[in-house]
Amino acid sequence: MNILVVLIPVSLVLGLLGLVGFLWTIRARQYDDPLGEASRILLETETPQRTSAARTEQPGH
Amino acid sequence: MTSACPACIAAPAAIELADIETGAKFSVPSLRCAACIGAIERHLAGVVGVREARVNATQKRVTVYSGLPDGDIVEELKSIGYDAFPLDAAALAQEHDPIGRDLILRMGVAGFAMMNVMLLSVAVWSGATDATRDLFHLISAMIALPAVIFSSRPFLVHAWQALRVRRLNMDVPISLAIILAAGMSLFEALHGGAHAYFDAALSLTFFLLIGRYLEHRTKSAARSAASELTALEVHTAQRKVGKSVETISISELNVGDLIVVHSGMRVPVDGRLQSTDAYTDRAFLTGESEPVHSAVGADLSAGEINLAAPFDMIATAIGEDTRLARIARLVETAEVARDSYTSLADKAARIYAPVVHLLAAASFLGWLIYDGDVRNAINVAIAVLIITCPCALGLAVPAVSTAAISRLYRLGFLVKSGTALERLASIQAMIFDKTGTLTAPGFSFDAGNLTQDQRAVAKALANGSSHPVSKALAAYLSDTQAADLDDFCEVPGCGVRATWRGQPVALGRASWLDGTGDDLCLQIGQACQPLVCEQKVLDGAETLAPALQAMAITSEIVSGDTEAKTASLARRIGVSNWRSTVSPEAKAAHVQQMAQSVHVCMVGDGINDTAALASATVSVAPGSALDASRNAADVVMIGDTLGKLPEVVSVARKTAMLSKQNFGIAILYNLIAVPIAVAGLATPLIAALAMSASSITVLLNAMRVKV
Repeated sequence: MNILVVLIPVSLVLGLLGLVGFLWTIRARQYDDPLGEASRILLETETPQRTSAARTEQPGH
Repeated sequence: MTSACPACIAAPAAIELADIETGAKFSVPSLRCAACIGAIERHLAGVVGVREARVNATQKRVTVYSGLPDGDIVEELKSIGYDAFPLDAAALAQEHDPIGRDLILRMGVAGFAMMNVMLLSVAVWSGATDATRDLFHLISAMIALPAVIFSSRPFLVHAWQALRVRRLNMDVPISLAIILAAGMSLFEALHGGAHAYFDAALSLTFFLLIGRYLEHRTKSAARSAASELTALEVHTAQRKVGKSVETISISELNVGDLIVVHSGMRVPVDGRLQSTDAYTDRAFLTGESEPVHSAVGADLSAGEINLAAPFDMIATAIGEDTRLARIARLVETAEVARDSYTSLADKAARIYAPVVHLLAAASFLGWLIYDGDVRNAINVAIAVLIITCPCALGLAVPAVSTAAISRLYRLGFLVKSGTALERLASIQAMIFDKTGTLTAPGFSFDAGNLTQDQRAVAKALANGSSHPVSKALAAYLSDTQAADLDDFCEVPGCGVRATWRGQPVALGRASWLDGTGDDLCLQIGQACQPLVCEQKVLDGAETLAPALQAMAITSEIVSGDTEAKTASLARRIGVSNWRSTVSPEAKAAHVQQMAQSVHVCMVGDGINDTAALASATVSVAPGSALDASRNAADVVMIGDTLGKLPEVVSVARKTAMLSKQNFGIAILYNLIAVPIAVAGLATPLIAALAMSASSITVLLNAMRVKV
């Protein structure tokens, strides 16, 4: 039964870790757009956000 | 907007520019898939001046950080095939949802604590004894007590609020059960008792928070969609200062300002017509579909739509003083009556709360008298409270209505009020407004029997007038070559006259051309040829009446428009009951009178329908309706979804049925578990099983509304 001395703290720490992870997802606003986040994984490339680098493609369209 | 999203068909191309500040929000209804997100973000990121663009697919919105005017962004999105509508930032300001986040946070804490305590409890259930059991109970207490105190706050607060005014609500037995379960378990744990209900206290909190969160999300989703509709309406006006025109917010207008109203725009405030004669659509006030002619100097009301050339007007009343605002205020009083509707969940709670308390008290007294052991009697009473606690009851309605409302949202309907579905499920009659609800603005003609010459003359006459019907006719005859006319003259409110090859010709209303009725006629020489000018019927209107009939719902048209127009529409869509030239007051009275004997659903868009909307059992308004009407309605149709109205009723009926079924399931569990608890045989294991099983069954049953 001495193993409990190790296992109980381990299980508590793991639970706490999960809780901290959950709090982080709330803080990171991951529940604001579930549909969008689910679809983004299907995009081939990361969309170019915050890139002010000018790209020359057909202007005017 | 029925086809696949544009990006699935065409790949985007990028343009480029520089970058600046401020985020503007746009509604993009056709946003559907991952490709859309990529296409829009990639395209906008390449536009010069856009710093960042972020798509929210759940809300179908794009937030753009740039220094560009909204119009440019709309153009950019249009160039890659998306219709976008700028949203008013001020109307969306209230969007942040601190309550929802708070509930998720508490739910998370309760959930994680529950899982840990459950693990420890499994050890106890499977036979841990003596020191090990006591240790596990104490560790459970260490996790459970802070978690319970933190997570159950919403219930405790509500219960306290109710008790302070000497009322009982669902939160009172919940709070009592949570507090007693935690307190008694702590006592048992400290005294080496066999049973501790820490896991029950936590799972109770956890399941109930799920219900609370679902309920909250339903309400806030409706609220945010409603505020999006408000934000869609343009709240700006064009003010003339000297020779230049500036765009300002309507709230900044003053009495005496000169305002320009472009074609197709709403008149922003009450005012006097200044520059030219105008044709406006006043259907929102009166329900009549004919354009109204106003001469220079006439008064215009806020909300009228300019159908002809741009005109100038001087503001005479602004803000709360406009006719529109005055009517909207009158309506608010009518709405109070409907708020007295008691929802299914409230009815259940009213019976439930006293029953639970009595049952717990009775078992306590019974056991006290039977064996005189106070500790045992308290234990039994608490077990009764825990087992009867309305996990399933608290979830029964919110789970079903959340699922139903999200399904209706995908169908294009916005459910604004929580009890709307229940009320919708009970309706036996549906009353429709005509103009703007069943018919679209615009006209359709039947000129199949006209000769080539007649067509040419009609086209030429129509070209010469700015009247909306003439413009529609000219557009209808677009492939006809116009004839050469002389002596052209327009008689406002009647029609146009001219000379063609020496004989008089005219186009106008029949009564003006020696005929009878208000129909459009073409006169050449002495011969008068009627041009049937029908109202455009909205898609889906024809199938509406039969579909409703099949569901045992009667339909009726009540319109402010003329008898002839109402009758012809009623015939066309197969509705036998109709009333015409009904004033707004008579409309509301008619609905009220009907609502006394049957449950009525009112469908309407104008200010003239608003009182009727508010007095019906439940009401539906199209998204194109004015703010006031949308606010009075329980359900708002987004886009052309009129034909799906019967489906909404069937979803509502299914929702009501599933809610009742869920109550049934919850009661069934109680019938089995309560005798066990009263008999003093309940263990924490039985409590945990009963609670989880009933909650999960209820949640699963709720999902059936989606199929």
